[in-house]
Amino acid sequence: MTEATVAPLRAGPADLMTVAGSRLLRDGSVVFAGVGSPLEASVLAKRLHAPSLTIVLEGGSIGPRMIPGKLPISTNEMRAAHGSFMLVGITDIFLYAQRGCFDYGFVGAAQVDQFGNINTSFIGDPDRPKVRLPGSGGANDIVSSCREIMIMTRHERRRFVERVDFVTSPGYLSGPESRLEAGLTRSLPVAVITDLALMGFDPASGRLRLDAVQPGVTVDGVRDATGFELLVADTVAELPSPTEQELVELRRLHDGEEMPPENSIAPTRRER
Amino acid sequence: MNGALQDKRTSLGEAAEAVSDGDVVVAGGCLYARPPWAMLLELLRAGKRDLTLARNLMCYESELFLARGAASKLMASWVGIGLRWGIPKVFREFVERDPTIYEEWSHLTLGLRFLAGSMGVPFLPTVSLLGSDLLERTLAEPMTCPFTGERLVAVPACVPDVALIHAHRVDAEGNAQVDGPAYMDLEFARAAKTVVVTAEEIVPSEAIVRHADRTLIPGFLVDAVVEVPFGSYPCECHGLYEADFDHFDRYVQLVDDGGIEGIETYLRETVDEPGSFAGFLDAVGTSRLLEQRRRAKELIAA
Repeated sequence: MTEATVAPLRAGPADLMTVAGSRLLRDGSVVFAGVGSPLEASVLAKRLHAPSLTIVLEGGSIGPRMIPGKLPISTNEMRAAHGSFMLVGITDIFLYAQRGCFDYGFVGAAQVDQFGNINTSFIGDPDRPKVRLPGSGGANDIVSSCREIMIMTRHERRRFVERVDFVTSPGYLSGPESRLEAGLTRSLPVAVITDLALMGFDPASGRLRLDAVQPGVTVDGVRDATGFELLVADTVAELPSPTEQELVELRRLHDGEEMPPENSIAPTRRER
Repeated sequence: MNGALQDKRTSLGEAAEAVSDGDVVVAGGCLYARPPWAMLLELLRAGKRDLTLARNLMCYESELFLARGAASKLMASWVGIGLRWGIPKVFREFVERDPTIYEEWSHLTLGLRFLAGSMGVPFLPTVSLLGSDLLERTLAEPMTCPFTGERLVAVPACVPDVALIHAHRVDAEGNAQVDGPAYMDLEFARAAKTVVVTAEEIVPSEAIVRHADRTLIPGFLVDAVVEVPFGSYPCECHGLYEADFDHFDRYVQLVDDGGIEGIETYLRETVDEPGSFAGFLDAVGTSRLLEQRRRAKELIAA
């Protein structure tokens, strides 16, 4: 790319999702972040609007500092421990969660249903599965113990199903009462963030409700990508586009400090 | 458990004799961070059978053990290398044929199983698994708190036959120190009937005493001690060497191309032909190992 044709940064679907997620995190709070986009969104928030956000990771890292260009592939490794204030055992980090120390639980999902239940275990009948997925990891524990649960995943029909094949990590189960009945009193699912939309939960039914769309996305567009009848808020806002600053920071996180942002765009990977 | 003041130094081959066919064996570290890789390969070399292999997050040792029949059951909360390598293909073949092979727990409940074991109590209560379908499929039981009436889940203790831990340094008695995250190593070691510690280096006891606050596992828990530099390779050992992602790529390529045959090729190259872990490292080559060291140093300095 020559200097004369420097393209402006453009947000791909993953960027839209990460940025929308990052904006939800309040400064001064503590987030238990899962690997991938939840972690990236948390790091982005900390670098921009939430400098006193404390990030906590499954591997036992409290307050780690990610190195641009060297994001961890697992939250249980050197890169994920780097710059931490404290390193505790894995059981302990989850016991901090169970003690009620963490404001947000921020996780991804292979399959999520209209009640925010997450499946990362089996596609199909658990006794004769079509696909055996890797398993819960810490997700079940995070959604059972952290106060506000946020889920981030790409918006596809095969991911957003009416009823998950298996509840690995419970959302509203089949509604607010079933959740309370199960004894899940410490946490609450609050948001599902995708590359198409920001969804909340209808408090009466515990069902997913479309609250806002990503820039340029229509309500019908979201409906088409959802495998169940999605509740829609009375007024559906359009999320503000990612700012130049947000995109520059995201690129830096992915590609490292040294690379100037105009050279770090990878359109093949990030174009919609 | 052994008394203190013993010299427990031995070889990988002899340490492998601590494991009997059919045992429950738990391996420390987490995923590709600080696993007792040399010891795990040694169990394969020794032809162990029908083990229950337990780890919190399990890397591709899951497939190696299933392919060789060394494990007939896996206990973990997650199995894979990392998202970028996809769901392990041969693991899928095994567990989709017989889902009971993989006993899935959540990360905390797996830890609580061993914590209960390490505390000498039969179970521990938790709020994890409440309302989930995992509750039905595990040995955990719903319970009501006798004091508050709260709904909880009782997670049964696990007392493994053998815990395999890779540490940064250990003395001849087994006092073991770990740098960086301890993961679940302490729970595993305290719960297990027998503990084998491999370490990057065996140091004089004075070196342990000087930084006693860094000691994670007391010698009286430990039965055997083996010095294995690069004992977690191709996985990482905190601060000393990074995981070799190219090695993982090559493994996954072999499995993608050849399925279980690919695993056999991999095991031939890394276990059978080299004849020992040192032989495997020789085949990997010094420059590769030093590169992993350089990358870890770079991370620490960043």
